[in-house]
Order: sequence, then structure tokens, then C-alpha cells
Amino acid sequence: MTELYAELGLTSEEYKKICDILGREPNKVELGMYSVMWSEHCSYKSSKEQLKKLPVEGPGVLVGPGENAGVVDIGDGLAVVFKLESHNHPSAVEPFQGAATGVGGIVRDIFTMGARPIACLDPLRFGPLSNPRTRYLFEGVVSGIAAYGNCLGIPTVAGDIYFEDAYEGNPLVNVMCVGIMPTGRLTLGKASTPGGVGVLFGSSTGRDGIGGVSVLASQEFDESSAEKRPSVQVSDPFTEKLLIEACLEMIDKELITGLQDLGGAGLTCATCETAERGGCGMDVEITKVPLREADMEPVEIMMSESQERMFALCPEDNLQEVLAVCEKWDLDAVPVANVTEGDALRLLDNGSVIAEVPASSLADGPVYHREAERPGYLDEVAAFDTRPLSQLSDLKGLLVQLLGSPNICSRKWVFEQYDHMVGVGTVVLPGSDAAVLRVEGTDKGLALACDCNGRYCYLDPRRGAQIALAECARNLACSGASPVAVTNCLNFGNPEKPGIFWQFQECVEGLSEGCGCLGTPVVGGNVSFYNESFGEAILPTPVVGLLGVIEDVANRVESAFRSEGDLILMLGDTRDELGGSELLKAVNGSIAGTPPEVRWDEEKALIDCLVRAASERLMKSAHDLSEGGLAVALAECCILGGIGATVELEARLPACVECFSESQARALVSVSGEDAARFREIAGTAGVNVRVIGECGGEELTVEGVFSVNVDEITDVYENSLAKMV
Amino acid sequence: MKFGVVVFPGSNCDRDCFYVADKVLGQSVEYVWHKSTDVAGFDCLILPGGFSYGDYLRTGAVAKFSPIMKSIQEFADAGGMVIGICNGFQILLEAGLLPGAMIRNSSLKFICRHVLIRVETASTPWSSTAARGQVLKIPVAHNEGNYQVSNTTLEEMKRHGQVVFRYCSEDGSVQGEFNPNGATENIAGICNRDGNVLGMMPHPERASEMELGSSDGLVIWNSLLKHFEMSADC
Repeated sequence: MTELYAELGLTSEEYKKICDILGREPNKVELGMYSVMWSEHCSYKSSKEQLKKLPVEGPGVLVGPGENAGVVDIGDGLAVVFKLESHNHPSAVEPFQGAATGVGGIVRDIFTMGARPIACLDPLRFGPLSNPRTRYLFEGVVSGIAAYGNCLGIPTVAGDIYFEDAYEGNPLVNVMCVGIMPTGRLTLGKASTPGGVGVLFGSSTGRDGIGGVSVLASQEFDESSAEKRPSVQVSDPFTEKLLIEACLEMIDKELITGLQDLGGAGLTCATCETAERGGCGMDVEITKVPLREADMEPVEIMMSESQERMFALCPEDNLQEVLAVCEKWDLDAVPVANVTEGDALRLLDNGSVIAEVPASSLADGPVYHREAERPGYLDEVAAFDTRPLSQLSDLKGLLVQLLGSPNICSRKWVFEQYDHMVGVGTVVLPGSDAAVLRVEGTDKGLALACDCNGRYCYLDPRRGAQIALAECARNLACSGASPVAVTNCLNFGNPEKPGIFWQFQECVEGLSEGCGCLGTPVVGGNVSFYNESFGEAILPTPVVGLLGVIEDVANRVESAFRSEGDLILMLGDTRDELGGSELLKAVNGSIAGTPPEVRWDEEKALIDCLVRAASERLMKSAHDLSEGGLAVALAECCILGGIGATVELEARLPACVECFSESQARALVSVSGEDAARFREIAGTAGVNVRVIGECGGEELTVEGVFSVNVDEITDVYENSLAKMV
Repeated sequence: MKFGVVVFPGSNCDRDCFYVADKVLGQSVEYVWHKSTDVAGFDCLILPGGFSYGDYLRTGAVAKFSPIMKSIQEFADAGGMVIGICNGFQILLEAGLLPGAMIRNSSLKFICRHVLIRVETASTPWSSTAARGQVLKIPVAHNEGNYQVSNTTLEEMKRHGQVVFRYCSEDGSVQGEFNPNGATENIAGICNRDGNVLGMMPHPERASEMELGSSDGLVIWNSLLKHFEMSADC
């Protein structure tokens, strides 16, 4: 056993702890089960202590972290279920299947709770597109997401994509899914009634994905990584589609008492977690598990991560009906487990016990206090002087360069490969600030956005995490929605390195502070560590996914300028904040300086103002200012609307700073002349500084005295650059 | 009138079509499970979009063996109205209810976006409320919309007015650059010789309310309703 535990990714202390729990040495099956459940991916052993700092409670929260996904009440008897998750390492090894199974996994988390999945969002991070391998990964990931989501009929409505050197060896594929249900349909993943039956249904169990969570997701990349391809599963979206329909039918017919998907750590996780949550034990007859290969060993059966499998708990009396629903949908289904009194998870081979462990000891896992130490690079990057940037001339050239740069140009090449309209609910299509979906049977709309600029987080993790949240909130507010609740996917390097752990801790604390100010609880999420290749970590990337609600979806706002003569209003204050900016990267390729400051009082005032103005239908368009600052935001509004604009700068700061500073808490709004006074009134009450900077019209974007550029010309650059780079 | 929305395993626009028939058109509508063989009482059957059987083989190639298909054939033979949208169109081609076949988009990528299509004939029950040459804005979302057909069949189809929609520009010009998928002669939708079976790649159910960016899909639904009223009057 001594060599085996190390091979399975356990430490000698962990092995000793297992022996203490069992009062003996574990056998091979038991050891395999502990190795997957105690992996970083499943146990959150390095992050648990920090995650306690996040605010998880709020008036609308029905289910917080710990279940398959978070659930919030949105009124009208409806609840929204949503979660973000990572599938980074599998996608780095096998981009198409890695991304596809990532979508499959998060979608299962949503319908497991009883909700019909209605939208997916995909935050992606890659290295520079100049590298052919990046292009291969990028194309593979996008087509994998498309293949899976499109087949399921779940619209992929938003996401964010950044290309940075630090993701070259370790791209990030995060996936978010959102579902909706009547609150009464909420179903939890627990086995709380002894005598109940556990039914395994969906795909049969094969040797794919064994140890995915431990040897793949919880280790860094090195020269042996290519050999880990067999740890990536193969996707079958058709079976998943049948699972969605079958599970929702079982729940509608009130046949089942608990539901759990099989994802990371497979059957081991599904059985021990449902038993632990329900305070029961479970007997699993492994000879009943349908197999793809007859000679699979018990440990392989328990560790397999074959996709598209579900585990339902039902009273013995409902078993035949559960099996009948599966038969209707052509799904294999077998009762494999019985819920028992006590805490023992027992595996039976034709009735004889081959493994017996306390279910809670698997599910709870160890907790580590990791060392955190502020990394030395921070002083160096903070000392960078951004002042010379303010003297740059040729601002028109810089704007065109930014509009065609990988991080800013249109994502059309990506989102046109995703079916973003299926479901006839998407009322704001991709490309605006946030996606908006109408909620059938109500006036409401859901607004969704996700974001994280890893450069800011690298330069100041605490502030960077807050900017990610602030930008999401502005995106929602510009669409007319109030932010409600947060999910996150915290992507970092190796947590055993104190510098990395410090970044993680700072980001969690920053996010916690931000969520506290904004009043948005974190209802679920995921941590992905060990995102390193050959010892180099990714930029710290705490991706935030934010859910917002618009009370009347008819009041939604988009970012495109609409009509000639509309006044353009600048909301918020511009400061000389070019640290970590897109401009700096474009000019000298570096990530340095101090990122823009976050002022929550200003952010909240801006959100209040935008939401109020939207509810009174005063705004013709609204767009938040983020990467590339005012100049890029103006250009985007013009491009999306197919209309020009003429504006005047405030001239308090150098023109370059005013055009490209990335100061937070700002937005660009257009209103018709007669609504301007009322808008100013609202802004005044909210405490937001407003300045009329110009008006819409013509075929040029003109910044008076600085530059003028043809809208068709920048449209071509903006819309076609990504396709040319791939 | 009474709609039936056929549900194959893997259909995923079934709920959207149901919603439009029910909530937008205010007609009666029921789902029809693919294992059923009873289509009595329906005035129009919709074969919705999606990925029937995952489309792991050729699109629609497995669905054509579903028990419902024989009944749909008989229903169509008897003059019943049948519309196949996207995957439904692919299934109708595989089942031989419409001529031709689909191959992958020339870009080899899935394409989801609003496109413009020109009404090539207003003399079908599906297009009678439009003017010939009218341009409709309706979205596509597919991987295999590259319609192929032999020259002989195509000529025959044209003679009988079976080419119903073509991809075009804003001013109705049918050029290669406005063809999203490489389809022969920009063909976006066709009908059978009798006109009662329509297949189209664009999704009219996604363009039936201005809230979704276009209500041009109503041209198809309203033509159908008009046809039904007129046949009921006779």
C-alpha cells in the first residue's frame, strides 16, 4: 500500500489518517475511494478555511454552497439555480472533449437540483493566439462547448475570453450554467430514508476518467501531461439530453427523494455524499453496475468518471415507476444501492462486503492551513511608472489597435458557433454588456454576466477580485438589472506555494469585501488549484458569475447607440489609472503598475442610478467602461449601433489618459434630449457625477480636437480580427 | 387549428414550437411522442429542431426509423400540413418526404445568427401572406444546412415552385456572400410538389415576437392559419 497511496496522490500523513479512521490499513478499493474524495478537487482541503470568509447568506438564498449548485428565490414562486465550475486540466490535455464534458458536468449540477437548464456562459483563458498550439486549443474548446451545449438545446449566451502569456501552458475553461424551476421542485442530493433505493441510470461505467480529480485536476502540468489523455472522458450529449428530460419527469411525478449526478470521483462521490448529507449509510452492490468492459475491478468501478450518469434515491414503492421513466427515455437503469441506518458506506460483491468506510469520513476530507506569503514580484510591478503613457500621441491609431486586439475585439467568431437563441428566451443576445433572458409566465428578466481580468489580479489580487465583481455588477446594471447573487470559479496555481496561496487568500478576502458592500451572497462555486505548467502559475483568476433580475424585462437596455441626436452622457469620474491597462499591454506588452482603485460607494451609486433610469425607460443605451476605457466603450457603442458620435473630452487630464484610463465605476449612457433632465435628477439623487459629452449621429466617431474615425472602418477591425487570428 | 409537435429523443426546439403555437398563435397544441403512431385530429404536424438521436450518424438518419414517421408519411399523403424546421427538415429529407440531402456547412462550423431569406413564391400555403420577393429576418442555428440536390431534381422543383426561401441580402439579392452554409443556389427552404410539406433551415419559431428581434416568422404561421381557415370554409 505504501507506494500505491503516493501514486494515487495521497500524502503519508493522509494515509496515516485513513488508517486511524478505519483502525486498520485500508484495502485497495478503500484507498482508491479516499484518494479521489480527498483530492484537492473534491475535498477543497486547501481552500475550505479561506472560503468560510465569503458571505453566503441573504434574504433570497434557498441553498448556499455545499450542494450541487446554489439556489435563489426570484419571486413569483420561481427559483434560479446556478453555478460556475472549471474543466481546465482536461481541456488542456484534450480540448474538444475536455470542454464538452465540462459543459456536461455543470449542466448536470443544475438539473440535479430540479431545475431546467436555460443558459450557459463560458469564461475562457488562453495563451497568445500567435502560438499554433493555442489556436488548436481555442478552436477545440469552442467547438467542444458548441457541440455539447447546442445538442442539449441550452443556449450559450455569454462568457468572457482573455488571451495572456501566463495561460499558454495551462488554459482555463470555466463553465457556468443557470436553471430555473418552481421553488417547490427543489431536489437535494441526499439519502435520508433508510430502506430507500439508489438507482444508477444513464451511460454504463467504463475505464474512462479514472483518477481525473486526483491525478489530473489536482496536480501541475509537466512533460508527463500528454500521458494523462486517458484520464479525459468522452462526451455523449445525446444521453445527457435524455437524462435532463427523464430526471425532470421523475421530479415532476414526485417519484424520487434525492438526486445526485456522477461527476468527479464518480460513484464513490455520489454514494458517500448523498449518504453523508442525509445522515445515513449505504450498501452498494457493485456487481449490478452496468459496465462497458466486463473485467473491470471494483476499484475501477468506484473511481470511474464516465460521463452522463445519474444516481436517484427513491422509496422502494416508486422503484418500478422510476425504472419506467428511464425506459421511456431509452436509458439503462439499475437499482444498485440501499440506504441503511448508521454511517457505513459498504461495497458488496455479490453480497459479501469488500469495502466498508464511514461515509462522512470520505465526504468530509482533511482540512489544511496553508502558508501564505506576499510574493516579491508585487513591489517590482507596483513601482512601474505609467506616467509616460499619458504623453502618447496618435490616439486614433491606438484605438484601432485596441479594437483589433485579442482581448477587446468582437467575440462574434465564438458566439456564432454557440446556439444562443434556442429556448426562445434570449432577449439580449451576446455582444451587449450582459445577456438577458425573459422568464416565461412572468414580466421578469434574468441578466447574466461573468468576468475576471487576471492582469489586475496579478498586480493586486485583492483589488483585482473586487474589480471582477464590480464589472459584472456594472454589466448587469447597464442592462437594467439589480445584482442578486454570485457564483465563482477561483483559478490559481499550486496552493502549496505560499506566494500562490497569498494570492488566493487576498482574492477571497477582496471578493468577500465586495460581496458584502454589494449585498450579493456567494451561493456556490468551485476552486481550481494547480494551474501551473513547468512551475509557472497562471495569473490569479477568480472568475465571478453574477445573476441579476430585471423586474420588467421590457425595461432592458442594450449597449448599442440607437438614434441620431441622442445625447451621450458620461457617468462617474475618470482618474489617471493606466496600471494593468489594455493600453499598457498594447504599447509595450507588459503587465505592470497599480490597477484602478475600487470605490464601492461610487459603484453602488452608479448601479442605483442605472437601474432606476432603466426602470423609468430613460436610457436608449448603456455600456460600462472597462478595458480600453472611454475610447473603446464609445467605439463599441457606435459599432454595435451602426451610428457615429461626436464627443468632447473634459480636458482635465491628458487626452490619452481620458481616452484609455480604466477607472472603475463609470458608464456611458445615451438618452433622448427630453429625458436628459430627468436622468440628471436621478443621477443627482444617487450621487453620480454626470457630464453630457456629446451626441450620436453621422458616420464618424469624432473626439473633438483629438481624432475622428469612420465607423465602418472600425467595425471591420472590431468584428473580423478574431477570425483572422485563429 | 390543432398543432402536433413531434418529439424525438434529442429534439430540443419542441418546447419552443409548442410555446409559439400555444402562446403566440393561440392555437391548440399537443406533443406527439415519436413512438406513437396516432396523428388523428391534428391539422399540422411540426417536426422541431434539435439533435434527434444526437445526430451522431447523419442528421435525421436514425429518426426516420421512429414509429411516428410512417404515420407522418400517411398524414402528408392525405394532404395534412407538415413543417420540418432545421433538424425536422433534415429528418423529412432522410425520410424522403422532401427531395435532396444535407451536408455540413461549408465553414465546417455550427452557425447561429439572424439571416435574411427571400420569399421565392407566395403560392404555397406557407408563404401566401408574403409578397414574392419579400425579405424575412429569421435566425439559423445548425451544423448541417448545406442543402444538396441533383440538377435534374432541382430543375423539376423550380418548375413546380418548390423552392420557397433563399438566403439573400437586405435588398433581396441572392448572392453567394449571403449564403451562410453553402446550400445549393442559396436554398433555405423547400416544399413538396403538393405544397403541404415544408422544410426550412431557419427557425420561424425564434422570430415570432419582436421581443426576440424579429416577428417575420409569423409570415409562415399566418399563411398556414389562413390556409387552414380557407380550407375549413370550403
